[in-house]
Amino acid sequence: MSEITYREAIREALREEMRRDERVFILGEDVADAGGVFKVTLGLLAEFGPARVIDTPLSESAIVGAAVGASLMGMRPVAEIMFADFTTVAMDGLVNHAAKVHYLYGGELSAPLVVRMAYGAGPKWGAQHTQSVESWLANVPGLTIVMPSTPADAKGLLKAAIRTPNPVVFLEHKQLYGKKGEVPEGEYIVPIGRAEVKRSGDDVTIVASGMMVDRALDAAAGLAQEGPSTEVIDLRSVQPLDTETILASVEKTGRLVIVHEAPVHGGFGGEIAAVVANQALGFLDAPIQRVGGPWAPIPFGPVLTDAYVPKAADIVQAVRSTLGATVA
Amino acid sequence: MSYTDRLSNKDLVQMYRWLVLIRAFEDRVGELWREGSLQESPHGSQGQEAIAVGACYGLRPEDQVLPSLRTRGAFLVKGVPVRVQMAGMYAKATGAARGKATAHHMGDPLRGVLLGSAIVGASITVAVGAALAFKLQRKDHVVVDFFGDGAAQRGDFHEGLNFAGIFRLPVIFILENNGFAEMTPVSKHFAGPDFACRAQGYGFPGVRLDGNDIFAVYEAVQAAVARARAGEGPTLLECVTYRLRGHSESHPPTELREQAEIDQWRAKDPIPRMRAHLLGRGILRDDLLRGIEAEANQEVEDAMKFAADSPSPDPGEIHRDVYAPEPPDLVVGRQA
Repeated sequence: MSEITYREAIREALREEMRRDERVFILGEDVADAGGVFKVTLGLLAEFGPARVIDTPLSESAIVGAAVGASLMGMRPVAEIMFADFTTVAMDGLVNHAAKVHYLYGGELSAPLVVRMAYGAGPKWGAQHTQSVESWLANVPGLTIVMPSTPADAKGLLKAAIRTPNPVVFLEHKQLYGKKGEVPEGEYIVPIGRAEVKRSGDDVTIVASGMMVDRALDAAAGLAQEGPSTEVIDLRSVQPLDTETILASVEKTGRLVIVHEAPVHGGFGGEIAAVVANQALGFLDAPIQRVGGPWAPIPFGPVLTDAYVPKAADIVQAVRSTLGATVA
Repeated sequence: MSYTDRLSNKDLVQMYRWLVLIRAFEDRVGELWREGSLQESPHGSQGQEAIAVGACYGLRPEDQVLPSLRTRGAFLVKGVPVRVQMAGMYAKATGAARGKATAHHMGDPLRGVLLGSAIVGASITVAVGAALAFKLQRKDHVVVDFFGDGAAQRGDFHEGLNFAGIFRLPVIFILENNGFAEMTPVSKHFAGPDFACRAQGYGFPGVRLDGNDIFAVYEAVQAAVARARAGEGPTLLECVTYRLRGHSESHPPTELREQAEIDQWRAKDPIPRMRAHLLGRGILRDDLLRGIEAEANQEVEDAMKFAADSPSPDPGEIHRDVYAPEPPDLVVGRQA
């Protein structure tokens, strides 16, 4: 066990998988010489050489398309899309090809590839570099969508993502790259599809993903001083969605708050709310609350970004609201 | 000695057989569509068959082809059975992916056919990725990627060819310039002198050639394949041809064009052209020709009967193969 950053944990997973399996290679913009704009792949070129750490032109569509083609011929590509917002120009390869390969080959071939991308809000990037794209992709059967919130999960989930025979979108929150945490050294796999109860509680369940997990934990810690006992669940992936863990928690607490950074309207929280309403309605003591971005693009600059992104105080307010409410 | 000179009489007759079989198949599925027997609307390659046969003849089983919407012949020459193509068009369980994939875009890993896409041009980058794999694996296999003049206007053409040029990948881009993107003529969707010259901008050769001359296609592709196998990178081949049928059998051939133009190109039909060549050289005789046609028609009829008699997919098929099987230490909890 060593304390390393989220960025270093991702790099460690990449390095270990590349050492383990010579089919694994990296491609993306400025990933080789520059080590990526977020320096995640720094040092990998020196160890693995330019055939396995490939700088590409600014061609996101070709990056994903080439990853699909290479995966069909037996390789295990890990593509980097610099900012998740650029998915829009690589979406065809993900949605119309990677996701459907196994299905349309009748199970004879699959596309074992990972597309890593930095997502999430921050004050310095503006409307086209800060979006949380998980719900854009969550409605596409065939894809897997992972959102680690800790360094250990980043390593363990990425290793699972590289090894699974299916295409995985791996969403790295850019504000988490510097976050430190204990990470097991060497072989460490976190199965994709299992949410984690980060904090146990009896009165309210908060389901959060990515950077919102820490904010939910801050909110829960603050609330505990007032009395309410809050359970916090880190979703870890939106596909597969661990409904079992969510339902078990709601059946215990009777109250649910869902938090994500993407706009509330049409966001993935709606799916979670629908699952709970459908399968645990009788356990709910209060209406489900959702916390997320407003119905607006993410603006540039610290003041507006701060006002946009959900904070612990917003989550506390939602928890109080659900505690104060009852089902008629 | 050219590549064409090295073809034996047996090769030449086999190439001609392929041309005749493709035409027999496509003419028949056109009839079947019009009489309402098919689920998949045929996008016929009549008039363009020499490109598929000239490009695919002599490829290795490991070489990958990625057919366009209109490269029917590539499937057949690479060995996909006629009846699998036919069953696909009937949407039967004996078609590709047990009836889930269209015959136009199906893939066949055993025979080296990469899965295509109904987003025309999008699969150019997939072909490039397959070629990247061959290079990384130090194999000397090649990828032959087909697409039309319409698809060449997609951004993926630029991204894919640029990518292939940078890494000198073993891929041969076959641009089937048949004069139309659906109903829109090239003159309305392209201001350049030709497509082949675009290759210069990507750092590799581009050649414009007569796509209705099977020998010209074979010669150019074989040279490009040799170049790719030797690690010298991609080639763009613009094969000029003409689509004798409408965009699909749902469109009349004369939609937005004159019968006179179609008739002009009919005179350049690649099949009579090769036939005349083979007759002229004494490689084929009239009785052999009739035999080849009868065999092709019989194969198509057999395929049709096979497809018509095949079962439809079970509705449960919907849920099969959404994900490849995953060990539970890697992924758990997929929803049904």
